Amino acid sequence: MNTATQVFDDAEKGSSLWHDAWLRLRKNKLAVFGGGVLLFMVVVALLTPWLAPYSYEAQNLDLGATPPSAAHWLGTDIFGRDLLTQIMYGGRISLAVGFIATAVALLIGVTWGAIAGYVGGRVDAVMMRLVDILYALPFMIFIVLLMVVFGRNILLLFLAIGAVEWLTMARIMRSQVQSLRQQEFVEAAVSVGLSPAAIIRKHVVPNALGPIIVYTTLTIPSVMLLEAFLSFLGLGIQPPATSWGLLISYGAETMEEYPWLLIFPGCALTLTLFSLNFLGDGLRDALDVRGSKD
Amino acid sequence: MLRFILMRVLQALPVIFVVITATFFLVRSAPGGPFDQEKVVIPEVKKALEAQYRLDLPLHEQYFAYLGDLAQGDLGPSFKYPGRSVNEILFSGLPVTAELGLYALMIALIIGVTAGVVASLRPNTAQDYVPMSLAMIGICMPSFLLGPLLVLVFGIWLDWLPITGWGDIPGDKILPALTLGSAYAAYIARLSRAGMLEILSQDYIRTARAKGLPEWRVVTQHALRGGLIPVIAFLGPAFAGLLAGSFVVETIFQIPGLGRFYVQAAFNRDYTMILGTTVFLSSLIVFFNLVSDIIAAWLNPRLRHQLSGGGS
Repeated sequence: MNTATQVFDDAEKGSSLWHDAWLRLRKNKLAVFGGGVLLFMVVVALLTPWLAPYSYEAQNLDLGATPPSAAHWLGTDIFGRDLLTQIMYGGRISLAVGFIATAVALLIGVTWGAIAGYVGGRVDAVMMRLVDILYALPFMIFIVLLMVVFGRNILLLFLAIGAVEWLTMARIMRSQVQSLRQQEFVEAAVSVGLSPAAIIRKHVVPNALGPIIVYTTLTIPSVMLLEAFLSFLGLGIQPPATSWGLLISYGAETMEEYPWLLIFPGCALTLTLFSLNFLGDGLRDALDVRGSKD
Repeated sequence: MLRFILMRVLQALPVIFVVITATFFLVRSAPGGPFDQEKVVIPEVKKALEAQYRLDLPLHEQYFAYLGDLAQGDLGPSFKYPGRSVNEILFSGLPVTAELGLYALMIALIIGVTAGVVASLRPNTAQDYVPMSLAMIGICMPSFLLGPLLVLVFGIWLDWLPITGWGDIPGDKILPALTLGSAYAAYIARLSRAGMLEILSQDYIRTARAKGLPEWRVVTQHALRGGLIPVIAFLGPAFAGLLAGSFVVETIFQIPGLGRFYVQAAFNRDYTMILGTTVFLSSLIVFFNLVSDIIAAWLNPRLRHQLSGGGS
């Protein structure tokens, strides 16, 4: 009897689903590792101005490119700049692009999908047909085009990448909303006279959170990859700012003489992408997104 | 089936139209005319040039004239290389990129399907974990990092393979194709593993085993056909990715293909070239998406009804 009320109390708190998911996630070693690395990267990126061993602009032309040593843990580049410092500052930009562009995508995608799924009918058909058409566009080519036409501007880069990535988000959100809309608690909310906007905000979005979180985690690495791709081609981040993609591109030019300039920035990027993917996969299993019928 | 193909084609046409229109006005709205940065040109010459490129007409007339040319398959002259047409440049690069893409796709399919099928046969054992970990590395290792690393190891340190060029020295096609194909090998491995796992748990596979078929025949004759559908559906989008990937790979290995021309045109602000290449590549991608959809629907009749059943 006692245990029965206990279970009931837990259910009433409404935290058991998230608690279970957290327990499942904690058991997944790769996901925990990914989360740990990611946390570390974010903290380092936030504290870079205080943590960086050297100043970002400091050059030492007499020193030139040196392999890793006690003074410069990851070596220096051809201008004698400390590579660790460069990687730390580059990481700030790479991570910022990843998070901000994903946030843009999240905002557009969730709003679009929620409206289409909730309103349904003709509005839904038009909105989703538009998504279908945009989906078929070769966006990689368009982003290159945008960067050429409007100059190479970081803000535009955020927007352009965000504008590409919202499509899948909108599709996921729409199918979630469509299935949630038929649930009784939404009907109940309608019957007490809540406005559609309030229903979407208070009842639909929180219940669709699982797939959104999972997809968000998996969008960040693909966005970071896109930024690095553009920077590598010279169409993304412009000097004097730097990013991991740009550092890799410099490293590739001089790798024959100074291979560490390619290898360390490459490790930073790959490790971060790795962590995000592991965390995303782990979250997918923990929140049981497949099983919950997407 | 015919209805399905027709529906798909009708959906693809507006996409291509949107691409052409959007690209045209984007490129035309770019700041600065094509001849602005050149040394001062005599007004008469400039006028003649502008007339040649139809820049003296109002914008909407330029647009319709461009559409007219496109309908005849003419992408116009290049801004940067006077005397050469965009068509010429495109078609000199196309065979190179097509060959590179083909090799990359072959590598991706052979490695990817083998790894995925092998992993799916004994899930959650070393036979599964090893190929899937490699696949994860393949996905997280972008081509612009993998390419230089391969060059460093096999081209410079071991000195086994040439590091630039295309078709000049034997073996110089190996590294570019490998660089371009590896990420797709990784995706295909994951897709084919997931697809195979789902099929292998079906009743008809159990029946096939129960009637005493050897395991390799169960896999090759019964499971593969269904298990590889996700891979085939992936090939259309993969093609778009291969083209974008060729931008990087052709730049790294200095291969005279479409991707390199596109990036160069982007740097040179060769507007007609950008416009022409974008329209051409986009149409190509839309076309390949169409073909991959049709093949997927042919293999899986259920999909056909879902997609052409009116609703979205």
